[in-house]
Amino acid sequence: MRRGRRFGLSLTSKMSMYGYVFALPFIVGFILFFLYPMVQSVIFSVSDLVIRRGGYDLEYVGLSNYRYALFVDDKYVRVLVETLGKMLGDVGAVLIFSLFAASLLNSRFKGRTLVRVIFLLPVIFGSGVIMRIEEADYRNQVLVMGTEVGTGVFSREALAGFLMQIGIPETMLEYIVNVVYGIPRIIRASAIQILIFLAGFQSIPKSLYESADVEGATRWESFWKITFPLLSPLILTNIVYSTVDFFGSPRNEMIEKIRATAFGGAGYGVSTAMAFMYFALVSFLITVIVVVVSRWVFYHE
Amino acid sequence: MPGAIANAKSWIRRTMNRRIGVSSVGELLFVVIRAVLLIGMCYIIVFPMVSKISSSFMSGEDIYDNTVRWIPRRPTLNNYRDAFYEMEYGWALLRSLALAVAVGALSLMSCTLVGYGLARYRFPGRELIFAGAILTLVIPPSLLMIPMYMNFRFFNLYGLLPEPGVNLLNSFWPFLMTSATATGLRNGLFIYIMRQYFSGMPRNLEEAAYIDGAGPIRTFFSVMLPCAPPALMIVFLFSFVWQWNDYFYTSIYMAGTNVLPMALSQLRQDFITQLGSPIVNAGSVMFILPILIIFAFLQRYFVESVDRTGLVG
Repeated sequence: MRRGRRFGLSLTSKMSMYGYVFALPFIVGFILFFLYPMVQSVIFSVSDLVIRRGGYDLEYVGLSNYRYALFVDDKYVRVLVETLGKMLGDVGAVLIFSLFAASLLNSRFKGRTLVRVIFLLPVIFGSGVIMRIEEADYRNQVLVMGTEVGTGVFSREALAGFLMQIGIPETMLEYIVNVVYGIPRIIRASAIQILIFLAGFQSIPKSLYESADVEGATRWESFWKITFPLLSPLILTNIVYSTVDFFGSPRNEMIEKIRATAFGGAGYGVSTAMAFMYFALVSFLITVIVVVVSRWVFYHE
Repeated sequence: MPGAIANAKSWIRRTMNRRIGVSSVGELLFVVIRAVLLIGMCYIIVFPMVSKISSSFMSGEDIYDNTVRWIPRRPTLNNYRDAFYEMEYGWALLRSLALAVAVGALSLMSCTLVGYGLARYRFPGRELIFAGAILTLVIPPSLLMIPMYMNFRFFNLYGLLPEPGVNLLNSFWPFLMTSATATGLRNGLFIYIMRQYFSGMPRNLEEAAYIDGAGPIRTFFSVMLPCAPPALMIVFLFSFVWQWNDYFYTSIYMAGTNVLPMALSQLRQDFITQLGSPIVNAGSVMFILPILIIFAFLQRYFVESVDRTGLVG
């Protein structure tokens, strides 16, 4: 004790000091590149920001930026509603698809490594500039031609024609074609989620399935009684991850709108106000989802 | 006649057993459906890349020739030559490579330190710091985009430098600073991965090192780090790849610099036509190629370490 006192530190506080030493880079970064800009962001959203030589001036304008975004800008509200709707649809589809794909990938078959590598490709290329270009091309084609030319995975017309031939009523046609058309997007948005579920599958003890098998459970039953409950924490993780992923993805028109408003649109203040309202809505949605879903999440330990 | 059918049935069963190792018709159906689904999904994933590669070798006539679908009839390398010159590929490649390596290395260092500290030391505020790391991951980047842009445009070390500040845009500094302080692109995820990894390592390793007289720093560098290559590998690779692909931050901090993402999106703006442009596709292939080479050599690490680092706890 006396030895420790000489340095003014007991052993435990010395150890906790090292904790801070290791975490120091993040503490500095969090304050400088997260908290500080966050506060600035709040200030910008209630200000008029004008760039002058060697800096910028802020003038307090109250909530007028928010009012501008909501009532003057003719696109913001529409894009906001559309984006949120699309997000809910996408998150649901991604979740179901990734669970399904992971359970397929988890079984043993020849060429499993190759298939896994292919499924990993979107993690590596599914973000950033390539994805952005593809999305822009797609939107462009829809704008110019009203439909996609034969460069997509399936041709829209061929699919519609096929469905007509097998006698699908025309009212359902549009819906089915759209769903099928969304599949490539969903598959490529599911890469990380599939990996998470795969790791989850591997952490479930095999003995559980064996004893279920001995008791005469079918595969279907053991999926719902064993796999599903044990995976439920990961389902929650994946819901949150998919939602967050949607925030910054080039699939997201809101991000483009916010950026366009900042650089060359109605200005920095309005853009931050837009980002804040978007963020508030999405956080609210995530909170609701987390609260609702975590009621039936099952924890093994 | 019934005997013949029974015979045929048992023959089918035996063949299936021998050939594919399945024991019932239901099982066979499952295997077939699974194969069809997996092949279909792989096709969808690989399709855009294959179609880009095939189109990048097409000459102008091939693009407008409806009978040419996959294999170019008059293959040409002109698209690559044009894209190479238009993008100033050599310099853009070098810059992007330098940036991605630097960001990968710095993120690796900072996130490993932070992850280790959070995994192995108990100190007041530990939970809070971890929550902060997750928060940086969850906040949409567009919320911080404008303040960050302003701070780097008029960088004055938060009031320490005199008024005009330094313009750090179009330099590596914004990326270097954020990744050195574990707040760069998806660094929250890397902190999480490192924390999970170190939490799973046995404590006796460190205890043995302490007893042999190593301090915490020495223990970390000569005992813990040598045990962590899979996690280190995955963090570096992902950080490298995501920085390489990144358009969001690159277009904010480096809009006027010729790095590959900017060069490629400029190329698209200049050469896009309604039928898609083979030059843009050649540019895309040249953009992906370095990553594809790295991936081809290291895919084992990508796949394995996702299993092993306990990405999910």
